[in-house]
Amino acid sequence: MEQPLTQHIPKDGGWLHLKDYEKVGGYQGLRKALKMTPKEVINLVKDAGLRGRGGAGFSTGLKWSLVPSPDQVPGPRYLVANGDEMEPGTFKDRLLLEGNPHQLIEGMIIGAYAIQAEFSYIFLRWGYQNAEKAILQAIQEAYEAGYLGKNILGSGFSHELSMHTSVGRYMCGEETALINALEGKRANPRAKPPFPVVSGFFGKPTVVNNIETLSNVPHILDKGVSWYKSLSKCEDGGTKLYGVSGKVKRPGLWELPLGTSFREILEEYAGGMRDGYQFKGALPGGGSTDFITAEHLDVAMDYNSVAKVGSRMGTGTIIVLDDRTCVVGMVLNLEHFFAQESCGWCTPCREGLPWTERLLQAIEEGQGRMEDLKIFDDLTRYMAPGHTFCALAPGAMEPLQSALKYFRADFERHIHEHRCPWK
Amino acid sequence: MDTPTQRILTDEMIAEIREMYKHFPVKRAACIEGLKLIQKHHKWVSDQAVRELAEVLEMSPDEIDSVATFYNLIFRKPVGRHVILICDSVSCWIMGYAEIADYLKKKLGIQFGETTADGRFTLIPICCLGTCDRAPAMFIDEDLHRDLTVEQIDAILERYP
Repeated sequence: MEQPLTQHIPKDGGWLHLKDYEKVGGYQGLRKALKMTPKEVINLVKDAGLRGRGGAGFSTGLKWSLVPSPDQVPGPRYLVANGDEMEPGTFKDRLLLEGNPHQLIEGMIIGAYAIQAEFSYIFLRWGYQNAEKAILQAIQEAYEAGYLGKNILGSGFSHELSMHTSVGRYMCGEETALINALEGKRANPRAKPPFPVVSGFFGKPTVVNNIETLSNVPHILDKGVSWYKSLSKCEDGGTKLYGVSGKVKRPGLWELPLGTSFREILEEYAGGMRDGYQFKGALPGGGSTDFITAEHLDVAMDYNSVAKVGSRMGTGTIIVLDDRTCVVGMVLNLEHFFAQESCGWCTPCREGLPWTERLLQAIEEGQGRMEDLKIFDDLTRYMAPGHTFCALAPGAMEPLQSALKYFRADFERHIHEHRCPWK
Repeated sequence: MDTPTQRILTDEMIAEIREMYKHFPVKRAACIEGLKLIQKHHKWVSDQAVRELAEVLEMSPDEIDSVATFYNLIFRKPVGRHVILICDSVSCWIMGYAEIADYLKKKLGIQFGETTADGRFTLIPICCLGTCDRAPAMFIDEDLHRDLTVEQIDAILERYP
């Protein structure tokens, strides 16, 4: 099984320096890209079937193709690598940032060439100190070797890359909020349209791509479309970093073919449930995805298959709910997070999420009423996609709505027994 | 001795901030970097620091404060010598965050957001640290502590005098 993104990451916790990265084919993808036209690079990435690994799953090549060309819109344009990994339960980009920063930088230079961007930024979440150190050193190595700066490898293409380390807030992961943060402002989202590909960083065309997404790009350029498609078990291309946390025997992170089954990840890689714990459900792709349950164990973990069972693959990092953990408590924990992390910019989210949290708190403490469950339905409608500036509030309601669908009896028991039966 | 008129931003810090905004079309783009720089030197951002940064970036103090109070890792109140950031997000919660948090509160004699009377520790809950396979987890200053159990806490705290 091929693991192009992670196989060369040193096992001792260090990172792959330039010399070692070049020995295993590093910067070959960039060399090939610079001999192609930007449009050819975009088409290649589009044909490879690379979809965004940050959660939404948008086609990367298509996103790049939406950037107006320098003939249409002259002036600067930007590429931003979104390393604001703050989705609860998500710890996948950390490995790539800490262990293989050149792979990311190479992917960024190729992406920047494709959209003809002269500047790019790595937006790094706070608290990834090892990644921060590795990236800063790797950027310097890349400049010294001529992969960054003026006239890269004699191609005539010039590119400058720098890093911004964030000071918190989940909102920064939303691409328009991230752009505001990068401009030194509060990380509130912007109304779309215009989309960042047309008007982003300081009003200029800007592409924001996830770290794992960009880390795929050098391999596509180096080894081609059919190889890339052969890595996957589904219609989209490539491998995926899958993680598991919760009461399993071996929590961890693995690079596997895109479309590996949920059961295989849970049972073979994570070792199944710990002794004395039963599988009850899981959030398949971070805190803002819908629960799946035992009836969905055989779902393939790819974008379309997970959507078919009513959830989202999201970030591909699975949070497991066991039978000895209270689902109301778990959802309360999530809604507390979302209420706290709401930026307060639009009313449904600012008012709706604290309301949701308070109702759940009451139910968990035995003060709930059956009518409260109906209020959750109303709140979900008020915060549905299209009623808010960004996806934070609709995403926040996904675990709650699906918990009410699959585990309604647990909520009702709290209300009827006036206590949490799990305490 | 307390010298309230002493400036917080030194000439070197102002030069560093000017270097930051040179790369951007507008000076205010260096607002977050400026706040980070102040906190690096002073551990928190005082009202006076906000006013001084406002002068350098040609913004109003309120505009600076709107940014400073938005980001949870910019401290607008003094903190202790060591800052404990304990993850309260979902994976850590499943894996026993509550026991660790309760023990820390009891042991230190403080609630969330408070600093011990001797100024040694500030305890703050924080969202996901991105290390969910090693939950529960917390930061003390720059050090990440993972796979926490209540039994380890005393020994860990001793390392931060």
